[in-house]
Amino acid sequence: MKPLPLPIATLPLAAMGIGLLAAWSLFVGVSDVSLATLFDGGATDQATQVLLVSRLPRTLALILAGAAMAVSGLLLQMLVRNRFVEPSTAGTAESAIFGMMMVSLLAPGMPVLGRMAVASLCALAGTGLFLAILRQVPLRSPLVVPLVGIMLGGVITAMTEFIAYRQDLIQSVRAWETGDFSAILLGRYELLWLSAALTGVAYLAADRFTVAGMGRDVATNLGIDHRKVMALGLVIVSMTTAAVIATCGMIPFLGLIVPNVVSLVRGDNMRGSLPWVALMGAGLVLACDIAGRLVIHPYEIPIGTMMGVIGSALFLYLLLRRNGHAG
Amino acid sequence: MIDVKTVTKRYNGTVVVDGVSLSLPAGGVISLIGANGAGKSTLLSIISRLLPMSSGTVEIDGLDVTTTPGEVLARRLSILRQDNQIMSRLTVEDLVAFGRYPHSKGRLTDEDRGHIRNALRYLDLEPLAGRFLDELSGGQRQRAFIAMVLCQDTEYILLDEPLNNLDVKHAVAMMKLFRRTADEFGKTIVLVLHDINFASCYSDRIVAMRDGRVVHQGPPEVIITPEVIHDVYGVEAQVMENAGQRIALYYQ
Repeated sequence: MKPLPLPIATLPLAAMGIGLLAAWSLFVGVSDVSLATLFDGGATDQATQVLLVSRLPRTLALILAGAAMAVSGLLLQMLVRNRFVEPSTAGTAESAIFGMMMVSLLAPGMPVLGRMAVASLCALAGTGLFLAILRQVPLRSPLVVPLVGIMLGGVITAMTEFIAYRQDLIQSVRAWETGDFSAILLGRYELLWLSAALTGVAYLAADRFTVAGMGRDVATNLGIDHRKVMALGLVIVSMTTAAVIATCGMIPFLGLIVPNVVSLVRGDNMRGSLPWVALMGAGLVLACDIAGRLVIHPYEIPIGTMMGVIGSALFLYLLLRRNGHAG
Repeated sequence: MIDVKTVTKRYNGTVVVDGVSLSLPAGGVISLIGANGAGKSTLLSIISRLLPMSSGTVEIDGLDVTTTPGEVLARRLSILRQDNQIMSRLTVEDLVAFGRYPHSKGRLTDEDRGHIRNALRYLDLEPLAGRFLDELSGGQRQRAFIAMVLCQDTEYILLDEPLNNLDVKHAVAMMKLFRRTADEFGKTIVLVLHDINFASCYSDRIVAMRDGRVVHQGPPEVIITPEVIHDVYGVEAQVMENAGQRIALYYQ
């Protein structure tokens, strides 16, 4: 029935591919962890420790954050009905960072869950502001939408950095702005399970989001409360973005590229496309992180930078390829 | 029955629909005609709860459209506006299947699948079922949307300019399909039409609007007359009778 006759079996196949990448990710790094050292009596202790405390959490964090950010991008695209938005082109991510910075300033002792809650609220407010501006601006081209979001994000970032500069918090802000998984350890990534749960909620409501993506009138005709679906989606996107930023920092472009590629091949019926978006998001982040660890071994390039390079190239390709189609 | 009572719609002081009262009995094809800006589309959107009204009430079989839950109305009334801009890449079959959402909430039963197959067949969309909407022509896309609305299988079906983008062949097929849906399944079909001759040939009843008010209503033989057409559109027309159907000529 689909234009590209992909048999169902390709989804498990893709999942297996991600599994292989994940396995590879476990064995890349400065410390010598390999099947040999793991089973070898002498080094067992140290290798197992590194695997359980550092490598496994890092790999899980990559998968969870990648899937969640890609799905957030998809959700935002359906809700705003524009192909070029994602949390970093809608003011969401910048607002979450503003929230993180304000917590560090005003309540530095707050536990990480509380920080994330504040960041989520800020992200929600920032995205709401973005949508309110969109209602006021005449949208002559679909490209105006992300431009508005990028400008809004720029203004918020300027505020954040002004305060951070005055209060000597620039380093923390940079850490949230640039995704980096090198500091992920056991006990410092578990927040991401929350974003995985939110991704699950998005899947359960996939039909409603698909209908919302057809616009308010069609949604109303089909008996769906457009405002409720919109609110649910924005809460999921804001909380996911905040959780990812609080844990490992922003991963740019991911939410833009992955949903667009999946849309080209699988279409936008979210029940079918969301699992693909989640898998491909995890896969792309894993691949970028592994590459970042290998390129200047034994040092690392942070994933934010890797994604920036690979992502902008892929994005340009999509932009030129789809051209008139994209709106 | 659709019961419209003194409905008024204002936009920043401009009155678009002006105290319209209208009662449309269930069953049959009803056409709304009138010049551009007469308020037809606005009235249709108000009846189908897509637009809030400034004052007045609309009831569908006794259900107030402003207070009845959306999902209840969605099983009783369907609406298709004109200009459906959809950026989503959905296949024709996916789109039509979403017409069953009010009934199945996404879990398609065999009955739902039957409705989907029929809708695709009636609208000549079977060869296009697996194609994405953004790969279709305007007319094909229009047919896909109408298939979705028919698939919803509601008592009342409201369509704003359903013949938009359709060639002569598909426009005639579409009107015949509406006629058949009304006759065989007892549905009530309310259409906003620009072509008064399609309205004349296929409607049980025509409602003519001008400046936000209903100025004439009745069966085609009452409405399709030179006097009424002049009153509604301000043009001189000749009316011919051909095989029991009244055709207005207003081209010169």
